[in-house]
Amino acid sequence: MRHPIGPDSLLIIVPAYNEEGAVGEVVCEIRQAMPETPVLVIDDCSSDCTAVVARMAGADVLSLPHHLGLGGCVQAGYRLAYELGYQYVIRVDGDGQHDPRDLPAIFRALRESGCEMVIGSRFLDGEENHTSFLRGLGIRFFRLVLRPILGRPVRDPTSGFVGVNRAALEVFSRSFPLEYPEIEALVVLQRKAFRFLEVPCRIRPRRAGRSSITAVKSFYYIIHVLLGVFVNVLKYDGRRSRRR
Amino acid sequence: MIERMDRLLNVVTLLSAGLIVVVLASLRRAHIRVEYSVSWLAAGLGLLVLSRSEATLVWLAGLLGVKEPSLALLFVSFSVFLLVFYRFSIIISELKDANIALAQRVAILQYEIESLHEKAKAGQAG
Repeated sequence: MRHPIGPDSLLIIVPAYNEEGAVGEVVCEIRQAMPETPVLVIDDCSSDCTAVVARMAGADVLSLPHHLGLGGCVQAGYRLAYELGYQYVIRVDGDGQHDPRDLPAIFRALRESGCEMVIGSRFLDGEENHTSFLRGLGIRFFRLVLRPILGRPVRDPTSGFVGVNRAALEVFSRSFPLEYPEIEALVVLQRKAFRFLEVPCRIRPRRAGRSSITAVKSFYYIIHVLLGVFVNVLKYDGRRSRRR
Repeated sequence: MIERMDRLLNVVTLLSAGLIVVVLASLRRAHIRVEYSVSWLAAGLGLLVLSRSEATLVWLAGLLGVKEPSLALLFVSFSVFLLVFYRFSIIISELKDANIALAQRVAILQYEIESLHEKAKAGQAG
């Protein structure tokens, strides 16, 4: 991997678990959208050829020795990026749902807004039909829960299409939620008086594989995330003065 | 009533003794580490002593405000095992955190070694 150069160094990380059917195309699309930007696929100990396909597509691969789940997988990427000295990291999921053509807009927002986190949001265009009925209900529920905690509305709290700057990278490389990390990560940053911004992005159907959140796991998801939000609210002092 | 109480005490005695024997056997076969056997041995020993000491049980029942000493014994057993489970939940959580950090470190080191090999190869070719 090329080592970071300059104050705007960006690394794109792609967490992937058994995504051999999609990850190659995802990497190629990222390289088309951001030709000069290194791409790191974090292989969460897949049992298929995810790592091989990713390498063939031109990505660097960080191979985890055993399955850690999404949070552990993403955090490994954040840790490496932080240790290598990158200033910005954008996460793109390996299933092909995120459209890499939105990467330049997220990167621009990261650099120009000064916000620690930029979320690629599916719902800023006013449309709400980008997801299934049940998941849509879940997203609405978490919007309501997060509104008073964050002190401002968030349209797409479950989006994994997220960019962070070095300040957030430092926090996440030390501590990152392990399961279903998106919502908890948002609360962690907010409680540390960091700021976030949402920019519109496109969402596509999965190229291959299955979602890790099945109907049966949805109930567990809601309880787990609610508990995580509650714990993070208790853990950090939200009244701390804002940095800016 | 007294006969039923005796039977319950005997069952608890047997179970406690069984627990101690199983833990000791596991220790001997190195299936459990000494530091993690202490909680189980203490729990087994405590219940064994309690089940053989009726006077203590009656005193405990009075302390807890229950009429039946057997209820006091069940309450103490439940509390002891709850404490042991809680202690092990903390240990498992710490181990999981350490395990994740180690796995990530191994992956990063592996990645750096591969990068160095590639650089060395490129240097030799150049």
